[in-house]
Amino acid sequence: MSETLYYIICVLLSVAVLAGISLMSKVKTAVAGNLISAFSVLLGVIITLLYKELFSAWTIYIFILIGILIGATLALRVKMIQMPQLVALLNGVGGLASALVGVLSLLGVGAGVNEYPVFANVTSVLAIEVGLVTLFGSLVAAGKLHKLLSQKPVVWKNHSAVLNGLMFIIVGVVIFTLFFNDNSVSTYLVLILSIVASSLFGYAFAIRVGGADMPITISLLNSLSGVAGAIAGMAVNDLMLVSVGGIVGASGLFLTQIMCKAMNRSLKDILLGKTSVDKNSPKADKSVMVETPEEEVHGNEDNILIIKRDEGDIIRSAKSVIIVPGYGMALAQAQHLVRTLADKFEENGAEVKFAIHPVAGRMPGHMNVLLAEADVPYEKLFEMDAVNDEFAETDVVIVIGANDVINPAARNAKDTPIYGMPVLNVDQAKEIFICNFDLQPGYAGVDNPLYKKEEGVHLLLGDAKESISNLIDRFD
Amino acid sequence: MNPFTLVVVFIVTSILGYFIIKNVPSLLHTPLMSGMNALSGITLLGAIAAVGLSLFTVESETRLLGQILGGIAVIAATTNVVGGFGVTHRMLKMFDKKKKQSKS
Repeated sequence: MSETLYYIICVLLSVAVLAGISLMSKVKTAVAGNLISAFSVLLGVIITLLYKELFSAWTIYIFILIGILIGATLALRVKMIQMPQLVALLNGVGGLASALVGVLSLLGVGAGVNEYPVFANVTSVLAIEVGLVTLFGSLVAAGKLHKLLSQKPVVWKNHSAVLNGLMFIIVGVVIFTLFFNDNSVSTYLVLILSIVASSLFGYAFAIRVGGADMPITISLLNSLSGVAGAIAGMAVNDLMLVSVGGIVGASGLFLTQIMCKAMNRSLKDILLGKTSVDKNSPKADKSVMVETPEEEVHGNEDNILIIKRDEGDIIRSAKSVIIVPGYGMALAQAQHLVRTLADKFEENGAEVKFAIHPVAGRMPGHMNVLLAEADVPYEKLFEMDAVNDEFAETDVVIVIGANDVINPAARNAKDTPIYGMPVLNVDQAKEIFICNFDLQPGYAGVDNPLYKKEEGVHLLLGDAKESISNLIDRFD
Repeated sequence: MNPFTLVVVFIVTSILGYFIIKNVPSLLHTPLMSGMNALSGITLLGAIAAVGLSLFTVESETRLLGQILGGIAVIAATTNVVGGFGVTHRMLKMFDKKKKQSKS
């Protein structure tokens, strides 16, 4: 295959990938967009085999086959609830691949004669570093989401100093490579230093992030894995890697920005770990408020109900209903029951809407995916800005396992980490049913004053499934 | 290829990538993220080249290293690509299925 033809095909495939992504941004064409992207990658593999004349390298097929088996098993077996950790895990694996390509390129394994050794070496080191930060960051994120690790942010003494030190080494290695790149001793030194420093950096950076920032972290790592691919592409002189990696890196970063904006945080703060770990906020003050009013508790079952008025009446007479799902719905796997509840309301003549906070759940669009699994029409799902003014005119709001995103404290409690984050105006509705597991603060660790509000707030504590069944029963 | 060209390509595609998803509804954020995640497995092409080219070298040490590290890279990248696109497809199918139902 001639070089010119190869480059033309690379450009065409990159355009196809762009088209695929842009098709994926519309619901109707999303499936086609995904297939186009997948097909482009397949074509890219075939073109690479052709151009580099590698069809007879039989080991490639074995490795690819193993990868297909693992990937397909993961894709088919995993439950929707485990989606966030799977995305994080796959992301990390992609980072590992980019890092290994960097290692091989640095060692000169499988690379042709390179006209620009300094450029190749520097990009190799960068690919190793970005790839490994992605890998270890993603592994920690996946571990936290899968509850193999504590979901609470872990802060070491001098955490920032450690991160800065590691960053210094990471950058230092790159600069070193820029000037000294011609003997094997320095190559191995560079290799070891970059591997150790970036692995530790990825771990240290992600371990400090709490659950509330996990969606942003995953999105950021997603972007990083694209960048790692692009840099690896520069190292091995592969046009398609560079262009597709660039597309993924930039669009991932954009998605990250959307989420940062929703949480009123700057990306810099999250990178520096200044977010969910606000050690200065007085923890003691908050815990005082979290006392279950015991005289009101009827603890006859697992479910604790605090009954104030005839809730059945309120529910049956509601004409407008907004349902606010959160991570608790995902944990309890309650999305199907939520759908049943919505249907009951509609049979009763009420208008039902779902209000989706941009950072509800543990990844962007988490709630949308779960509700789609339960066949809730997406026309009924409303983003925060579209629905926030309607809470004041709404009869009943049902909150399912959401906490921080409905916490009115975000508007005025200045010393808390969620201060300034736009929240759903749940507190303006006439009647609020909160189906949360307990009265503990959410991930941000800020108490919700709604729990203390007597008027119009109904707390249904315990497993969301049982609480919702309870509500459904009240229609009969 | 000239390093300068590669860097320019990276910058241009980054700008394109930035603008192309500007109007995505939040409904699609998760599938989009996992789709792009799958795309980042494009590094598979680099891994394949490393494995293939190292298989044909004469030095046995280099060949072994290329096969082991490159092999892991190919497996990892393929897992990323296949798993990513597969999961994205599954998610998107759910939106699709629901659409048909709401029409009927």
